Amino acid sequence: MKLTLKIWRQKNAQAKGQMVTYPIDGIDGDMSFLEMMDVLNNELINKGEEPVVFDHDCREGICGSCSMFINGEAHGPDRLVTTCQLHMRKFKDGDTITIEPWRAAGFPVIKDLMVDRSSFDRIQHAGGFISINTSGNTQDANAIPIEKIDADAAFDAATCIGCGACVASCKNSSAMLFVSAKVSQFALLPQGQVEATDRVLNMVKQMDEEGFGNCTNTGACEVECPKGISLENIARMNREYLAASLKG
Amino acid sequence: MSGLLKSSIGRKVAMALSGLFLVVFLTQHFVINSTAVLAPELFNTWSHFMGTNGLVQFGLQPVLIFGVVFHFIMGFALELQNRKARPVKYASYKGGAAAPWTSRNMIISGLVILAFLGLHFYDFWIPEMIHKYVETHPEDPTRYYAETVHKFENPVRVGLYVLSFVLLALHLWHGFASSFQSVGFNNKFSVALSKFAKVWSVAIPVGFIIIAVYLHFNQIPH
Ligand code: HEM
Ligand code: SF4
Ligand code: FES
Repeated sequence: MKLTLKIWRQKNAQAKGQMVTYPIDGIDGDMSFLEMMDVLNNELINKGEEPVVFDHDCREGICGSCSMFINGEAHGPDRLVTTCQLHMRKFKDGDTITIEPWRAAGFPVIKDLMVDRSSFDRIQHAGGFISINTSGNTQDANAIPIEKIDADAAFDAATCIGCGACVASCKNSSAMLFVSAKVSQFALLPQGQVEATDRVLNMVKQMDEEGFGNCTNTGACEVECPKGISLENIARMNREYLAASLKG
Repeated sequence: MSGLLKSSIGRKVAMALSGLFLVVFLTQHFVINSTAVLAPELFNTWSHFMGTNGLVQFGLQPVLIFGVVFHFIMGFALELQNRKARPVKYASYKGGAAAPWTSRNMIISGLVILAFLGLHFYDFWIPEMIHKYVETHPEDPTRYYAETVHKFENPVRVGLYVLSFVLLALHLWHGFASSFQSVGFNNKFSVALSKFAKVWSVAIPVGFIIIAVYLHFNQIPH
């Protein structure tokens, strides 16, 4: 395949940055999107140019680092996949592909396609944990019976990989889907009850302070989320938040 | 409780509750207006009641005005915050691939409704207030029907009303169902509730359109 890539290049956090066009040839449909980027970067290095910086780690859809906004959608046109799992057969010979970093006040660009997602870490630090000592004396998981429906819903929420595609896709750059997944995975389990009130209040407070937008319930996050995290989690977080506000 | 209206979720819940309150009001308004087509005498009776009852005039009316003003000011505040949350825009953004137009353009439909409310106040509310409280005419309980019918004589006004109701339907198509999610109501009843909300959000504005067009074509002598 022969493609035209339009990629956001930005030297550093302070630089202005712009879209740069790169023609590329010899791309196989079985390559992953990141492999295609590797081919481009090899060419750039051989020409003595700076390779395009992008985040990646596991390349199997579990770490959430491969943040790319491809042709107007987070992780590209495919559903329920990350960029590393996106195959080039989703594109046609002669296509022009626009590749941008996540755009959000809460995710400032570090360089090229790499953004700073430490805001998500700070939200997690604000309450995304339970105060149970797990070093050495862990209880058997089955010692506390939990209803299957709740266990499944908690597990579904826990599959969130913190990639930030929800923020990137939302017209408001809202982080509600991510935060609600992190609240829900505990809200449904007895272990999560101890800090339930503080957790939701503190995590939402941190989310607001990081400059993410509000939720308009457009549902774009749910559609673009590689893990299929459901909007039900946002409703659950809203309930938790209201209950916690009334309490304390 | 403190600071609830400063938080993103608190604001959204306030948006939903004020929106739901306006939905209830709109239903009531529609029921009364429908009598202008179905039973003009009943229209006079109810309008007279609404226009002269102390509880309605000095209890409910201020609450309604507060509700509307609160809703659109909060709407603007959220819109501004949301724009600030993405300082650099995408070169390519396929919003429509993941979310419907109505949900992404609440501020546009909202602004049209606000402009309509300006016209609507100029047409009905301000003349009513002057008639009753400034010029203090003696109350004639049979004046309402003829006054209302004459307002719809001008085809330009009828056109503006129809256009506004279409935008109102678009606003509610997303907004009504969305408000349940905002207050945390998302469960096995949600699919049915959302269907009801969608039917309602088309039926009521279409009903208002039918009334406006009907009155336009069924004028009575001045
Ligand atoms: C006066 C002009 C109006 C403006 C400027 C306005 C603006 C808005 C905006 C911007 C939103 C979306 C807020 C968000 O981002 O979540 C919204 C939501 C909503 N509006 Fe309005 N609106 C107006 C009038 C109305 C009227 C007359 C009704 C009902 C009859 C209404 C019902 C709703 C509902 C139910 C929602 C959904 C709330 C939610 O998603 O939780 N609005 N409005
Ligand atoms: S909710 Fe989905 S899109 Fe958002 S961070 Fe988690 S996995 Fe990524
Ligand atoms: S590189 Fe880990 S999810 Fe894509």
